[in-house]
Amino acid sequence: MALFDAFSAIVRRDLVLAMRRRSEIANPVLFFILVITLFPLGIGAQPKLLQAIAPGIIWVSALLATMLSLDSLFRSDFDDGSLEQILLSPYPTSILVLGKITAHWLTTGLPLLIVAPLLAVFLGMPNQSLSILLITLLLGTPILSLIGAVGVALTVGLRRGGMILSLLVLPLYVPVLIFASNAVEMASTGLPVTAQINILISMLLMALVLAPWPTAAALKMSINS
Amino acid sequence: MFLVPDPVVRFFHRMASPPHFYAFSERLMPWLVVIFLLLTVTGLYGGLYLAPPDYQQGDSYRIIYIHVPAAWMSLFIYVVMAIAGAIGLIWRIKLAEVVMISSASVGASFTFIALVTGSLWGKPMWGTWWVWDARLTSELILLFLYLGVIGLYGAIDDKRTASKAVAILALVGVVNIPIIHYSVEWWNTLHQGPTVAKVGKPSIHLSMLTPLLLMALAFKVYYAIALILQARVELLQRERNSQWVKVKATEEGGL
Repeated sequence: MALFDAFSAIVRRDLVLAMRRRSEIANPVLFFILVITLFPLGIGAQPKLLQAIAPGIIWVSALLATMLSLDSLFRSDFDDGSLEQILLSPYPTSILVLGKITAHWLTTGLPLLIVAPLLAVFLGMPNQSLSILLITLLLGTPILSLIGAVGVALTVGLRRGGMILSLLVLPLYVPVLIFASNAVEMASTGLPVTAQINILISMLLMALVLAPWPTAAALKMSINS
Repeated sequence: MFLVPDPVVRFFHRMASPPHFYAFSERLMPWLVVIFLLLTVTGLYGGLYLAPPDYQQGDSYRIIYIHVPAAWMSLFIYVVMAIAGAIGLIWRIKLAEVVMISSASVGASFTFIALVTGSLWGKPMWGTWWVWDARLTSELILLFLYLGVIGLYGAIDDKRTASKAVAILALVGVVNIPIIHYSVEWWNTLHQGPTVAKVGKPSIHLSMLTPLLLMALAFKVYYAIALILQARVELLQRERNSQWVKVKATEEGGL
């Protein structure tokens, strides 16, 4: 169980670090809320229209909030050298990276889940789709963190990594956006959504298995350069 | 190495050495250009002159001879890029990295051409420049993937590191392309379905198909030409401090 110990040590460490810099947790959530508030202001407060586009708005905002929070995944560790120590440890880097991604999701993805129902009510989404919205966020945001980790690992060594990161990561987010917002939309009209949920689950499993490898490889590359 | 005949293996081993590739590609180039011109001239003559007009679309369907080969190439080149990237990552072959990065801009151009010609074709057929059709959308996302590759390569100063980063990105992308494609298709069928009245796939007549295949071949050869030209420049830049480039420079430029 040494491997699991290493994994949980990384998760614990990152959680403690996050608790000491609470603004990093607050930023993505505030961004999420702000962007969603901007939509009614931009397109007018017609309840019908808002209700129709609510799943899309919530999901696009979640996507952008996750993307903005990605930079904190490896940045401070890269700057203070602890990333090198993590890569030097005898445990497989992919597992340790998975630990970092888990902690990152707990501090940035999970808060989105908590405020999402409130925002759904703001936008007038019907109650029966709330649970589906939460399920898609629960399944979808970890995928976003996992895929985003690859992108951020590739760009962590760059000074101007921010813009290029969005170019790398957003196209890969398309499938999650499609299935998740579609599921919520279907649910609000009372249609079955098992297919979309199953696809999201399979994408999450694939991302869990496949994403840590290229992330670890990209981190090694970033450290060496 | 068990099934591959020995001369083939030796050919590839020699090809992996930059000076040999440089010399070989120089000799290969005129042949490629001749083949490309022959294929293009016959393909365009067959497509624009010999092939009959379509019974529904009239003459405007003829843009297919540019549009479809370009769309095929856009995907093909991404796969080539990912394979070259994997070879570069695994065996650390410099030439594979050069092939990978030289492919990116060619592939992005083909994707762009496919999008533009598709939109030009869409105007008379569908009455609009752009529809959120599944193929158009996934082609657009493919363009973004290419731009990401080019952008990442440009952002990293050390070109060997950049090649590694791009290779990882291309491999991640190639896993994702089918997922993106099918998700976009699913999204499209749910959102608009029958609004895009596709002509279906009428069994295409031989007189129209032959030029199309000729043009597809011509585009493949064109890709080879563009790739080699780019790769030669990239090689010279990367190897500018090595002996063979210096010899080459004194031979040709009399420096």
